Amino acid sequence: MSEIVATNQTILVVGGGISGMTAALEAAECGKQVILLEKNPSLGGRVSQLYRYFPKMCHPTCGVEINYRRIKANRNLRVITMAEVASVSGDEGNYQVKVKISPRYVNENCTACGECSKAVEAEFDDEYNYGLGKRKGAYLPYAMAYPQRYVIDPRILGSDDAGKAKAACKYDAIDLEQQEQEVDLNVGAIIWATGWRPYDAAKIQPYGYDRIANVITSVEFERMADPYGPTGGKILRPSDGKEAKDIAFIQCAGSRDRNHLKHCSRICCMASLKQTHYVREKYGDDGKATIYYIDIRAIDRIDDFHRKVKEDPNVTFVKSKVASIVEDKATGNPVLRGVNTEGYHRYENPHDLVVLAVGMEPSVPADQFPADVTINEEGFIEPTSQGAIFAAGCSSDALDVNRAVQSATASALRAIQVVNRVAGMEG
Amino acid sequence: MSDEMKIGAYICKGCGIGDRLNTQQMATIAEREAKANVVREHDYLCNADGVAMIQKDIDEEGVNRVAIIACSRRAKTEAFNFDGVAVIRGNIREGVIWVRPDTEEAQETTQEMAEDYTRMAVFEARYQTPPKPSGQAGRNPHLLVVGGGISGMTAAIEAAKAGYQVTLVEKEAELGGTAGKLFKRVPNAHPFKDPMDTGVEALKAAIEADDRITVHTSSTITKTSGAPGRFSVDITRESGETITENVGAIIQASGFKPYDANNLPELGYGKSPDVVTQIELEALAKAANGGPIKRPSDGKEVESVVFVQCAGQRSDKEGHLPYCSGFCCNASIKQAMYFKDANPNVDTVVLYTDLRTPGAGGEDFYRAGQEKGVIFTKGTVSEVETGGGLKVKFKDLILDEDTEAQPDLVVLATGTVPNSGVDIEEVPQNEPGEWESDPNSVLNLAYRQGKDLPLLKHGFNDSHFICFPYETRRTGIYTAGPVRRPMDIQQAIEDATGAALKSIQAIENAAQGRAAHPRSGDLSYPSFRKEGCTQCKRCTVECPFGAIDEDEERYPQFNESRCRRCGTCMGACPVRVISFENYSVDSVGQQIKNIEIPDEFDEKPRILVLACENDAYPALDMAAMKGIEYSAFARVIPVRCLGSVNTIWVTDALNTGYDGVVLMGCQKGENYQCHFVKGSEMAHYRMSKVDDTLEQLNLEKERVETYEVAITDVERAPKLINDMAETIEKIGMSPFKF
Repeated sequence: MSEIVATNQTILVVGGGISGMTAALEAAECGKQVILLEKNPSLGGRVSQLYRYFPKMCHPTCGVEINYRRIKANRNLRVITMAEVASVSGDEGNYQVKVKISPRYVNENCTACGECSKAVEAEFDDEYNYGLGKRKGAYLPYAMAYPQRYVIDPRILGSDDAGKAKAACKYDAIDLEQQEQEVDLNVGAIIWATGWRPYDAAKIQPYGYDRIANVITSVEFERMADPYGPTGGKILRPSDGKEAKDIAFIQCAGSRDRNHLKHCSRICCMASLKQTHYVREKYGDDGKATIYYIDIRAIDRIDDFHRKVKEDPNVTFVKSKVASIVEDKATGNPVLRGVNTEGYHRYENPHDLVVLAVGMEPSVPADQFPADVTINEEGFIEPTSQGAIFAAGCSSDALDVNRAVQSATASALRAIQVVNRVAGMEG
Repeated sequence: MSDEMKIGAYICKGCGIGDRLNTQQMATIAEREAKANVVREHDYLCNADGVAMIQKDIDEEGVNRVAIIACSRRAKTEAFNFDGVAVIRGNIREGVIWVRPDTEEAQETTQEMAEDYTRMAVFEARYQTPPKPSGQAGRNPHLLVVGGGISGMTAAIEAAKAGYQVTLVEKEAELGGTAGKLFKRVPNAHPFKDPMDTGVEALKAAIEADDRITVHTSSTITKTSGAPGRFSVDITRESGETITENVGAIIQASGFKPYDANNLPELGYGKSPDVVTQIELEALAKAANGGPIKRPSDGKEVESVVFVQCAGQRSDKEGHLPYCSGFCCNASIKQAMYFKDANPNVDTVVLYTDLRTPGAGGEDFYRAGQEKGVIFTKGTVSEVETGGGLKVKFKDLILDEDTEAQPDLVVLATGTVPNSGVDIEEVPQNEPGEWESDPNSVLNLAYRQGKDLPLLKHGFNDSHFICFPYETRRTGIYTAGPVRRPMDIQQAIEDATGAALKSIQAIENAAQGRAAHPRSGDLSYPSFRKEGCTQCKRCTVECPFGAIDEDEERYPQFNESRCRRCGTCMGACPVRVISFENYSVDSVGQQIKNIEIPDEFDEKPRILVLACENDAYPALDMAAMKGIEYSAFARVIPVRCLGSVNTIWVTDALNTGYDGVVLMGCQKGENYQCHFVKGSEMAHYRMSKVDDTLEQLNLEKERVETYEVAITDVERAPKLINDMAETIEKIGMSPFKF
């Protein structure tokens, strides 16, 4: 790896999802020096795992492609993948950041020709598909991954596969001797854009995510709907591979609940409304969706999307916090029990498949934060935080993509204010 | 470096290219036919040695046009990043060997494909000049903020903190906007329990104390002309006195006006003074200043209050707002707390259909309301009767029954209407040289396409993008706050800070002649051959960004810092006088003309594919990565936007013996995905007229197809090419082969 140049006029961005990419690019396109760290082998984050965006039903990869193009064209921006912040010390205008870089075992020589992947036999759960499918031990994280460079899974080191991968590469790109590196960076300001992770659905005991095969999460459903996902775009039941045509969406699965996440995750209502379109897209009039909700939060300009879904005769809305799910052993159907609070009717409804609209949890737990920032009870960084560490996107709040991008753009300015001050002082 | 053109063609043999193709033959073609000055093959062009070889030719041989004949332009971009020269990519990996079977029968046509891409790369290089900035705009680190509410004040302060000068214009006598009329605001930090100070006075004080910010109150904008880096703005006071300021960028934070509750007589508004809107309740709360709130009719202390959510909102009824204003649920909770905090015995009921309190603090605040005793009832209000005391008739959706309440006061949560100026689709612009300002306009732009930013959905000024929310259709002018979508104070602050960044970026880009998003950094800009121009105005009208004006002789003025470099003007020009240094009618046209067209009897048709570089082209790349094959007869040329496609390319192709043409652009219409907003739409429109040309040539109209292709159409995009190959098989070869 070539030398990383950083000074106290450099802006460090931690996290390469949509917020981190945006913050880094917006600052770099103002002429600032920026280093972007991503812990995974590719940039892209959660949005790269979505099939479509609400409300336009367009594809996230379209915007991601533009951002990758901006990154490739910008020399003010240095991207370092497989990198995590170990510690941060110092103060506004002068931070020392220790960065741990994990070995990829593939260097810059890689042309992404794919021969190593063909040579390797071992397969592992595919993180990109939330473990719903398999990938090789030498792999490109996803088709559009950036950097467009393969990765060797450390689990094949020392096996025949490692040797096969190395032998298959004609470009001397595979370096099995790579070691973990630690790099010290001096930077002026830090943008924290580590994003969110889906709340662990298994913790919601009554919903049986860990016991009932046909209960899945909303993020898994995104992968399932994607033609390049693990099912080739077919909506199938995990238990028996049958087409799932009658689907229940359970809102606030883990959100707005003192036992789990006490905040509302903002995006889940719109996400489920969007996902009813997937059911339509695949099954037409045969597809049925039922949304179990407390309040439908289709906020601001996009409420018309909500009203359009309401007009769809194949989509039913039930105001209810589902009490429990049991599995009908004979059919494999999850059966939902609860009370429809509009009129107080008990129900016991079987469906082919249940999708839990799981909430957004900040990726970095408050007690593991490597830097000194104010974190609220929900785990998000507060806007009143002191110093020059600025939250962007879902590390600041539960946000949709549009708002995350706005937040990231704002954080870029806050960081620029600091490095401009430093530059002014140093004349 | 001398100006003499010197083309270097570099053919890579890596990634199996050398095994599959006769690269020596390609090199001969590059040298003898396409006349490249330096031609080299390399086993592995993107490694340090390959890159050094090219750099050496640039340094020592004076090569200034570098044609890399290797992988897709999307791969190894950083490796082939050479300073001061034009770099062209011929795609023979994703574009040839990865989409063709490795069989003996396929070998000949695959080789022909690669040879054509070699010719195309060298000819593209020949019609390129490395772009240089025009120098039309200098650096002007001064920005204008229109609107002195919380969004405008925040934008001004944040930009000033980064070292920029700001002129802030407010039409009212005082700064503060809507937030200035509030008693308190919804909390923005833990524990999210109590209403907090609005922060307006602190912002006003910060502006007062900052000598980088100049404020003009009781003033409006009567004319805005120029472009990023060199805007000229007339600011007119109430007295009529006008001053002119030169600014580099503009933030429009013109906010909203409250929805007119007079449209809601069924809810009692206008019939009883005790039916008020949220903003009117703020005035009552301000007057009470923490004490008991009194009702307007008789000054009695309010003992019971009902809040009606979504009043005239989220409704398709005539005169209602179709959207949700986003902040009203939290605002009603806050206002219920005004009553409860002064006197816990006041009955406060919020009637709602969906309570919307998203994000980190929203639920905490909702719970705090419940803890303070605010009652939340899911119900829909049918009527508020005003004769002899108020009677709120509603259906309780939980108990499933019709019922009523008789409060002292009713508060209607009526939502917001954006102050977005005039609708430029409705209000015509003045002719050049005949300026008249419009009192209803916010910016009074002297732009040919109209005085304000285009409206998108529901009257808001916005970009309609999810990924790039700041990209309005007027470069260097950014909207902030509730003029672009409904939002609360916290979001308006974030939004305004982001808009301040974009303005600063626009200033720095303009100073260097760099394009704004999405072709960030592009230095090329359109120019035109005046003697050929017929003043038809097509470029002016079709530019998606309103960048082009007309001078007094009615020739186009391109205002390059307003230009986004999509090339829609170039596509529009019927006499083909518009070009960019690195993208022109010739840079594409010569590629089309210089491939080899086999004899009619060879049964080897040629299909020209013009693919949007943002979506369709990556889709074809990804198809290649997945090993999806397509016809060896296709020749794919990426274009900046389908809007840049000039119909001459299509007619030239057909005239020179191509058998079919496939155009691939992005989705158009309301949910457009075109990164240049209207480019794809314009292209579809123009291609609908191509039928006449085909008829004149006596060709079947199936020979030209225009499609909307998404970046995820990884299987469909190759299929569309194959469909054309099949069509040609059915209708036969073009008779125009010479």
